[in-house]
Amino acid sequence: MAARFLHPGAALLLAPLLVLLGLAYGIPFLGVVKWSFTLPEPGLGQYRALLTDPLVQSVFVRTFRICALVTLAAVAAAYAIAYVWVRGTPGQRLAAEYCILVPFWISVLTRAFGWVALLSNQGLINTWLRATGVLSEPLALVRNEFGVVVGMTHFLIPFAVFPIASAMRALDERVLLAARGMGAGRTRIFWAVFVPMTMPGVIGAALIVFVFALGFFITPAILGGGRSVMVAELVYLRIFQSPDWGLGAAISITLVVIVGALSAALFRYLRPSQMAG
Amino acid sequence: MNGYRPGPVALLCALLVAVFLLMPLLAVVPVSFTPSRMLSMPTGALSLRHYRTLVDDPRWLDSILLSLRVGIVSSTLATLFALAFGLGIWMFRPRFTAALVGFVLLPMIVPPVVSAITLYFLLTSLSGIGGFAGYDTWPGVVLAHIVVTVPFAVVLILVALSQVDRRIDLAARGLGASTWERATKIIIPNIKFGILTAWLLSFVLSWEEIGVTLFITSVNAITLPRLMWMGLRDNIDPAIAAISVILILITVTVLTARIVWRRARGPA
Repeated sequence: MAARFLHPGAALLLAPLLVLLGLAYGIPFLGVVKWSFTLPEPGLGQYRALLTDPLVQSVFVRTFRICALVTLAAVAAAYAIAYVWVRGTPGQRLAAEYCILVPFWISVLTRAFGWVALLSNQGLINTWLRATGVLSEPLALVRNEFGVVVGMTHFLIPFAVFPIASAMRALDERVLLAARGMGAGRTRIFWAVFVPMTMPGVIGAALIVFVFALGFFITPAILGGGRSVMVAELVYLRIFQSPDWGLGAAISITLVVIVGALSAALFRYLRPSQMAG
Repeated sequence: MNGYRPGPVALLCALLVAVFLLMPLLAVVPVSFTPSRMLSMPTGALSLRHYRTLVDDPRWLDSILLSLRVGIVSSTLATLFALAFGLGIWMFRPRFTAALVGFVLLPMIVPPVVSAITLYFLLTSLSGIGGFAGYDTWPGVVLAHIVVTVPFAVVLILVALSQVDRRIDLAARGLGASTWERATKIIIPNIKFGILTAWLLSFVLSWEEIGVTLFITSVNAITLPRLMWMGLRDNIDPAIAAISVILILITVTVLTARIVWRRARGPA
């Protein structure tokens, strides 16, 4: 059977991409691993710093807190709009589709900037609040954790919608008819049948959102304004602003390990369910 | 099917989410018409000066042209790499297929910041040995963009291939077609739509790419997202609002065209 693997045609077709990624991604990744063990001096110093440095720890704690909040908010919001996208009238579906796909295709920078335009001191909300005399001082809505959570939730809702919507589409209509036939009302059908049966999609969406959020960089950097730094931004700062490449590399490797473990959980969880759509 | 539609409470919740999703995109519009040099809401007069800046200031035009060049070159190369790989997997079903595909998809799964530091390592090393594609050069950006977009192209091409009927390939083989003829005359014509989609997605991803680009460029290779990032960090430049409005309009137009086109082809 080994002969089949060595078929010249197969080798010719598979090799370019494998060689490219091996050289341009695999080997440099090992280089980053090496940095984490050798800079500034050989040893496990950077990983020890990771466990003891209060600054690094506070960044990790903040990252997990923000990710948990964002996951909760994004999944709940995604469920509401996915429900209308899947089960609404044709007009409602089209409207929902626009609301999901337009933000999805717009770049992360434009979307973060939109929140700046809305939430900053000279932004729409504060201008309006002052013009109507509700407030004299601008409300601090951005350059803090609130802004980061809002911006990240906005970015991640579409990603949560897709698995939830596919779970909703896969639901057998007859189950709902059966529930109604046995006398359940609309609300009861929704909470006792529809929600539990689409739970695999919800949990899949939550894992995807959480994993994405962990490595998030652009939105927190813009909306956090350097005050609520998350792990990925800390990597950037350690590489470019207060050069400590070893620590930046060690944080990256730790992030890969965490994301790898969560992805494995996601994969194991999704495999048996009907998430293929 | 029609018996069970969302009720008023569900519609209200979805409406709130819809408002939340669209609000920041709409907020950009008034800011782009402000006459002020700083980020602000226009009070009274409207101005097109920030749209003029996009045309007059060579930095914006240069970065748009650079992003187009990087996007076209990197998406074309990424699509070719992905196509060859997909054909290899589909036609030969090699051993370890799962491991090979898994390896190729890594840059898509690994957090972007880790890919960024990895590619930073690669390009600074290449600069060190005087390579053609190095840190802060446009070929370097192309190389990095190929690495991060190629997994998406691979996924789309593998999906397209999975819908090809293997019997037509078998028939071609039975009639004596060579590997090359099977690929170019039978398989590729059957997945041309998938190839086009892969190219388009790679282009959009490269056009928008910022996380990795930020790590591998500094002053020479300024792509459009990189220029926007610079204007967002320090004093916020309202020209960003103008370019954002244009990008949003393009997105809405393309999506609408796609929906209309899908309708015209028949109900899905």
